[in-house]
Amino acid sequence: MTAALRFDPIRLPPECETLRKEVRAFLAEEIAAGTFDPHSPQGGDNDVPGFSKRVGERGWIGMTWPKKYGGHERSFLERYVVTEEMRVANAPTRRFFVADRQSGPVLLKYAPEHIKMEILPRICRGEVCFSIGMSEPNSGSDLFAAKTKATKTDGGWLINGTKIWTSSAQVANYMLAIFRTSPPTKENRRHGLTQFLVDMKTPGIKVNPIAQLTGKSEFNEVVFQDAFVADDHMLGEKDGAWKQATSELAYERSGPERFLETYYVLTELVRALGEEPDNRGAEGIGRLVAQLHTMRRMSVSVAGMLHAGKEPVVEASIVKDIGTIWEQQLPHRVRDLAAFVEPDASNHAILDTVLPFAMKVAPKLTIQGGTTEVLRGIIARGLGLR
Amino acid sequence: MRCKKTPHSDARRNRRAKRVRVKTGNAVAESENIVAETAEKIFADLADAQTINRDKKGGWKAPLWQALSEAGLPLSWVAEDCGGSGASLAEGFSVLSAAGRFAIAVPLAETMLAGWLLSQAKIASPDGAMTIAPASPKDRIALNADGTLSGRARGVPFARDARHIAVLAQGAGGFSIALVDATSCRIEAGLNLASDGSDTVTFNNVTPVAIKPAPKGFDQDSLMLMGAVARSLQIAGALESMLEISVRYSGERVAFEKKISKFQAVQHNLARLAGETAAAMAAASSAADTIANASGFDDAVFLEATAAKIRCAEAAEKGAAIAHQVHGAIGYTLEHILHRYTMRALAWRDDFGHESYWAVELGKRVAARGADELWPLVASR
Repeated sequence: MTAALRFDPIRLPPECETLRKEVRAFLAEEIAAGTFDPHSPQGGDNDVPGFSKRVGERGWIGMTWPKKYGGHERSFLERYVVTEEMRVANAPTRRFFVADRQSGPVLLKYAPEHIKMEILPRICRGEVCFSIGMSEPNSGSDLFAAKTKATKTDGGWLINGTKIWTSSAQVANYMLAIFRTSPPTKENRRHGLTQFLVDMKTPGIKVNPIAQLTGKSEFNEVVFQDAFVADDHMLGEKDGAWKQATSELAYERSGPERFLETYYVLTELVRALGEEPDNRGAEGIGRLVAQLHTMRRMSVSVAGMLHAGKEPVVEASIVKDIGTIWEQQLPHRVRDLAAFVEPDASNHAILDTVLPFAMKVAPKLTIQGGTTEVLRGIIARGLGLR
Repeated sequence: MRCKKTPHSDARRNRRAKRVRVKTGNAVAESENIVAETAEKIFADLADAQTINRDKKGGWKAPLWQALSEAGLPLSWVAEDCGGSGASLAEGFSVLSAAGRFAIAVPLAETMLAGWLLSQAKIASPDGAMTIAPASPKDRIALNADGTLSGRARGVPFARDARHIAVLAQGAGGFSIALVDATSCRIEAGLNLASDGSDTVTFNNVTPVAIKPAPKGFDQDSLMLMGAVARSLQIAGALESMLEISVRYSGERVAFEKKISKFQAVQHNLARLAGETAAAMAAASSAADTIANASGFDDAVFLEATAAKIRCAEAAEKGAAIAHQVHGAIGYTLEHILHRYTMRALAWRDDFGHESYWAVELGKRVAARGADELWPLVASR
C-alpha cells in the first residue's frame, strides 16, 4: 500500500499576522534607510552585517530556540512568516539564514553545552555566519562518497582535503562539515563520516572563490591542510553522521525559500502587463498565481506538521521538488507572457533589469540543497518503491 | 414547497436515526471522518471498480444509489428541517473526496450541490437524484416576468438521471433559486470523456415547482465556485487512487527481468505523480476548508476555489498521463480499471468552469489589484 500523503489545510494563527505586520514595517524602514533595494534580487546575497544585527535585535534569528541560548521560544510557524516576508522583499538574509535554518538546530542537538552557550547567542544576535561543508570535488549528491579526512591527533583532529561549492565560506565564521573518520563498511557505505564544527579562522584553511555564471562568486573551494579541530568540536556520534544529516532535511526542504527565489519576476510581470491585461496575459498570471498559492499552502501545511512534532519527510521533499522546478521555470514563463508588452512603456523597466538575473540563477535552483533526482529518490522510497 | 413540513419528514427522520453521528464538544474532525467513513464503506461494498467495470448493464447503480440515499448522503448539505441530513460543509466535502477516490459515477456530488443550492433559498429538497443548472459560467438561465424559466445549460452532469434540477436563474430583480421537475425540460443526452452523462438542458418557459430569491450577494460565481471546489476534491481523490494503483502495478509488472518499480525512470515518474497528487490534495482541501469557514463568497474563497480548480485540472492532465505511462498498454484497455479514474479526472476539469476560464478571471483580479498587492493576497491565505 502507498503511504498516505497528508497536506492538512493548516492556517497561520493570529499571532503570525501581528508578527507579519511588524516584519513588513521593519523592512519598509530598512528600505527607506537604503539598507537594500527590494527591486534588486542580488541584494539578498550582499554582505550587510548591520542588517543581520538589527534582525537579531528584533528577535527574528533563532526564533524557535530555547531562551537560555539566546533564542525566543516562538513557534515554527512564526519563523515561517519572517522567512517568507524577508524573501519576498529581497532582504539581505544570507549572512544569518544558514545558521538560523540549519546550523543552529544541529548545534542545539549535538554540540556540547559550553559550545552551545558560546555560539548560539551570537547567531541569535546576527553576529556570525555559517557555511556548510558537504560537497567535495568528486562527491556532490552522493554525500557519502566524501573523502576529506579527519585524523586523530592529541586533543583533536587534523583535517585534510577539499570541500567545494561552499556558499558564503569567504565570509563565514564557522563551517559545519562532514569529514571521513573511518572507511565505509561492507554492510553500510554511509558509515565512517563524522560531523564537525570548524572555526574558519583555523590555520590551514584556505578559501578560494569560484566565479559563477551570474558573475558573482558566492560559492567557494575550501582547502584543508592539517587544520586542527578540537575534540569538543566533534558533533554527535563518531562515524555516524549519516544518522544525523537526514533528520533535519524536512526543515531544510519545505520552507518558503524553496519556491520564492525568483518570485520578484512574477510581481514585475503583473506590473508590466498593467491593470487590464488581455486574456493571454490574464490566463498566464492566473495559472502562475494558482500554482504559487498551492505551493505555499503545501509548504505551510508541512510547517504546521513539523510544528506539531510530525516528520513529514516525503511531503517536504515533494514541496522542494515542485517548488524548485516552479521557481526555475518562472522566469521563462514570465518572459513568454511579457513578449507583447509595449516596448516604449515604462512599466516593464524593473522586469527588464531583474529577468536576466533570474534566468541566470534558475539552473542552480534544482541542484542546491538536494537535487531533483535525489528528492525523487526520497519520494520513491516513501512510496515503497525502493 | 417550503422547509420544515415536508411530506416525508418521518421517513427521513428514521433514516437519519440509522446514521452514526458524533456531536460532542470539539469533535469536528472526528465526525467528519465518520460521515466520510460511512460513504467509503458504501463505496467499497457497492462501487468496487472491478465489479463496475465488468458490469456492462449498469446493474450496480440502483443498489449503490439506494444505499447512499438510506445513509442520507445525497442530501448531506440539506438541513434536517429541509428534508436532508444536516451534515456540515466540511463533512460533505470529505464525502466528495471519497467519491473521487472511488471515481463514483452516480449523481452524488450533483445531488449534494443541488440540495445545497436549494437550501440557500430555504427550498426543501425532494427525494431522488438531482442535478444543477447552469453547470458552466457561460450559460445563463433567465427568470421571465411571468415566473417561468428560459435558457439552455450545456454540460449538465447526469441531467437524464435526475428527477429534479436545482436552477440558478437571473431575472430583472436579481438571482433566484428554483426547483424544477426534470421532465418539464428538454434534455439532449451527451457524454463526457468517461462516458458519464453530460447533457444539454433546455428550459422553454418552464414553470418551476418552487422558486425563491437567492440570498443577497449570491450569484452565478458563487454556484460555479462551489461546483469548482467539489470537482477539485473529486479530481484530487481520483489522483490518489491513480497513484495507489500505479505504485501497486509497478511492483507487480516484471520487464527486463525485474519489477518495473526498480527502474529509476519509473520511480521518478511515480514521484512526479505523487507530487501532482499532493498539489491537487492540498489545493482542493484548502479551498474546501476556506468555504467551510467563510461567511460568504469573498475574495479569499475566490482565490482558493479558482486556484484549486486550476491546479487540480493541471494535476489531472499530468497525473493521468503518468498513470497511463506506468501501466503501458494494459492501462489503455477497457478491461482495466485505470480509465475509470483517469478519464473522470480529465472530464471533471470541464465542469463549473474550464481551468483556463478561471485562470483568466483570477488573473484579471490580480492585475486589477496591482503588482504590489499580489504578495499580500497570497500571504493572506
